[in-house]
Amino acid sequence: MSTASPAIPQQERPKPNYLNHAHGFASWLLTIDHKRIGLLYIAVISLMFAIGGVYAGLIRLELLTPEGDLLSTETYNRAFTGHGVVMTFFVLVPLIPATLGNFLLPLMLGARDVAFPRLNLLSWYCYIVGVGIAATALLLGGLDTGWTFYAPYSSTYANGSVVLALMGAFVAGFSSILTGLNFVVTIHKMRAPGLTWFRLPLFVWAIYATSLIQVLATPVVAITLTLLMLERVLGVGIFDPALGGDPILFQHMFWFYSHPVVYIMILPAMGVMSEVISCFSRKAVFGYKVIAYSSMAIAILGFLVWGHHMFLSGQSTYAGLLFSFLTVLIAVPSAVKIFNWLATMWGGSIEMTTPMLYAMGFIGVFTIGGLTGLFLSTMGIDIHVHDTYFVVSHFHYVMVGSAIMGYLAGLHFWWPKMFGVMYNQVAARTAAVLIFLGFNFTFFPQFIVGYLGMPRRYHHYPPEFQFFNIASTMGATVLALGYLLPLFYLTYSLINGKKVGANPWGAKGLEWEMADSPPDPENFEGTPVVTEEVYAYAKEEEAVVH
Amino acid sequence: MWEQPFKDLDFFPEAASTIAWEIDALYLFAVAMSVFFTILIFAVMIFISLKFKRRDEDFVPKPVHGSVPLEILWSVIPFIITQVLFGWGAYVFFKYSQPPVDAMDIHVVGKQWMWKIQHPEGKREINELHVPVDQPVRLIMSSEDVLHSFFVPAFRVKRDVVPGRYQKLWFEADKVGEYHLFCAEYCGNEHSKMIGTVYVMTASEYDEWLRTPGNGEEETPAQAGERLFSELRCESCHSAAGVGRAPSLANIYGTVVTMEGGERSRVDEAYLRESILDPKRHIVAGFESTMPTFQGQITEEQVFELIAYIRTIGAEPVVSGGE
Repeated sequence: MSTASPAIPQQERPKPNYLNHAHGFASWLLTIDHKRIGLLYIAVISLMFAIGGVYAGLIRLELLTPEGDLLSTETYNRAFTGHGVVMTFFVLVPLIPATLGNFLLPLMLGARDVAFPRLNLLSWYCYIVGVGIAATALLLGGLDTGWTFYAPYSSTYANGSVVLALMGAFVAGFSSILTGLNFVVTIHKMRAPGLTWFRLPLFVWAIYATSLIQVLATPVVAITLTLLMLERVLGVGIFDPALGGDPILFQHMFWFYSHPVVYIMILPAMGVMSEVISCFSRKAVFGYKVIAYSSMAIAILGFLVWGHHMFLSGQSTYAGLLFSFLTVLIAVPSAVKIFNWLATMWGGSIEMTTPMLYAMGFIGVFTIGGLTGLFLSTMGIDIHVHDTYFVVSHFHYVMVGSAIMGYLAGLHFWWPKMFGVMYNQVAARTAAVLIFLGFNFTFFPQFIVGYLGMPRRYHHYPPEFQFFNIASTMGATVLALGYLLPLFYLTYSLINGKKVGANPWGAKGLEWEMADSPPDPENFEGTPVVTEEVYAYAKEEEAVVH
Repeated sequence: MWEQPFKDLDFFPEAASTIAWEIDALYLFAVAMSVFFTILIFAVMIFISLKFKRRDEDFVPKPVHGSVPLEILWSVIPFIITQVLFGWGAYVFFKYSQPPVDAMDIHVVGKQWMWKIQHPEGKREINELHVPVDQPVRLIMSSEDVLHSFFVPAFRVKRDVVPGRYQKLWFEADKVGEYHLFCAEYCGNEHSKMIGTVYVMTASEYDEWLRTPGNGEEETPAQAGERLFSELRCESCHSAAGVGRAPSLANIYGTVVTMEGGERSRVDEAYLRESILDPKRHIVAGFESTMPTFQGQITEEQVFELIAYIRTIGAEPVVSGGE
């Protein structure tokens, strides 16, 4: 990583880019540049991920022994709640749309910015205010309701800063709604000339499907959390049967958002997969339209399956039957994506770069996460594994293994675009392998201990489950190391990384072919005109013209 | 038994009920299917990435934009597999959703943080459940406070216990032994201490256990309910003759009553519970809404005792010329 390495001539031009054209705190905190807003999100989300990770570390350390001897029961319950609230509402929901989505969407569309740049900044401030309120709740001692806030425990019985935490999630929800709205309008109205719907990168399709969920589902959780606050603060009977309410109603309303939210996390990661796999196979995506439509199918079906969280809650068995049927259907578009990615790789010219390693890890982890989802949607199996570590493991495979691996694939893929530098490949590949191994080592034992019957959210547990918990904690140590490494080598690359040109991977797409690395504050010189199909790796002629 | 680490290490849970093998069979089918596809996908992915590794920097492979037969093939195969899982899973779930008619009823109350259990003969226990082997048992469960979930891994049964309603769960233990009882739904600070033991005993051991004196009170729920019925002066309206201000309760359990407005409702535990705690919600056709609520005045156990008594009214001759 010597600074004397031959630089690409284009970079020698003292050209202003979005990073250096303005300086000072105000130029960042008041920016309406989608690229800078994307970086602001990356900074805060990374911090939140670290906080959520500390909670996870406490949980795993506590579970090394069955007796519950490291933390008090109260602290343990607050730790897993803090972990869930931080990771779900403040890391995974905004993870890819707010960071990579913000940075890339206008660049991929050939636009100067998103449709509503000021609204975009407001979204970030909603997120920051939400973070601030939730952080206050946690600093005041936190809460022990679990991130699911099930009533009537949360509304009537729980101590702690429940209302503050609900407020935090409520306010951050507006960030999600406004970002989704902004992206939907941007994709509809800001595409460059010639960039038809079926020439859009699949990442854009995925972001589009995600945005629809954000706009349509998030208001429901906002309403739910508001009703919960009303019950807790004013004693309005909505969910607590002692006040004339219905606790099952809360579960319906909560999961109406909180199941689709899983697709907010996973769909953009799938979008990243299509970009990365196509680039490093140097081949157009196999079954482009099928992948695009499958994202939409997952987004729509995702709204119709919430009741699979409630097979044992007292919901009608016939409703359960319908929810089970609709849930297993989601396996079809999900499986189709995996097969199409493998078919994309088939016959390609595959380069095992860091993003590609993450992409292959994603396919592996998502396969396991998806298949175990079928167990849970099968009513007969769910009787036994519901609310056990089997569920914990399954959703970590999807929400952590897959979504975060997808994010890291994207971050490593577009890092040279964001900063014009390349990171150390050896360190990055090591991290990718550590994360894959550490992740499986952490969560695979939880499938076994879950089927053995270990319930989730247990501070104490019977000693025969200890073996699997020790394995999990050992795996988590490796995983933590893997997650820490990028902090070092990515930061180092900013200081001393090899400078790269506009398109170091030889990728297709407006962001690679038409914009500098780092891009100009205005993204493009003039408006790009798209004259060829998407992922046209095989064509030799100039991809796009001014 | 608990001192030495990993002494009892198992990779598959013990099975001790009639439903367990059905859930295990379904689970093992899903495991076999998942292992097959996981290995297949990993193998294909590794094979492809080795076979098509980039060797020539200038080589640009021929694009293939898709294949309709392939897309159909790899949509239809997952569809069929998921339908098998769905259908089989629904079959097992439905098969075990209704208890056999000869099931014995045991009443369970979940509260922060204990399981309170009462047997039909009146015997009470806490965080322990004694049941006879090879006898279907139906649990009628309610909660005094928040959500709980009754979970016995060795029986492969679980059901949320929800305040404000009765939840039912049944099982038939088929192996004598001691098994874990867990609360599976987070219920507050001592959630992980809301655990207990299920003792499956032979019929004769169970009978003997029932006869061993407990805490003195060996009144049956129905007897306690009868006492409560008169203490609360229920009979001043619900007179046995059927001419009072309220419907007669003689032989009412299991019948279908017609409400004002024409809605019909079967008189079961849930209906009786609602009628005691929220009497204004459904009014039997032809009667005035005069009954006060007993919400907050009697405990879940007392509600259950009243119901147990109501089930017996009319079973024996009623004093003054009822129907």
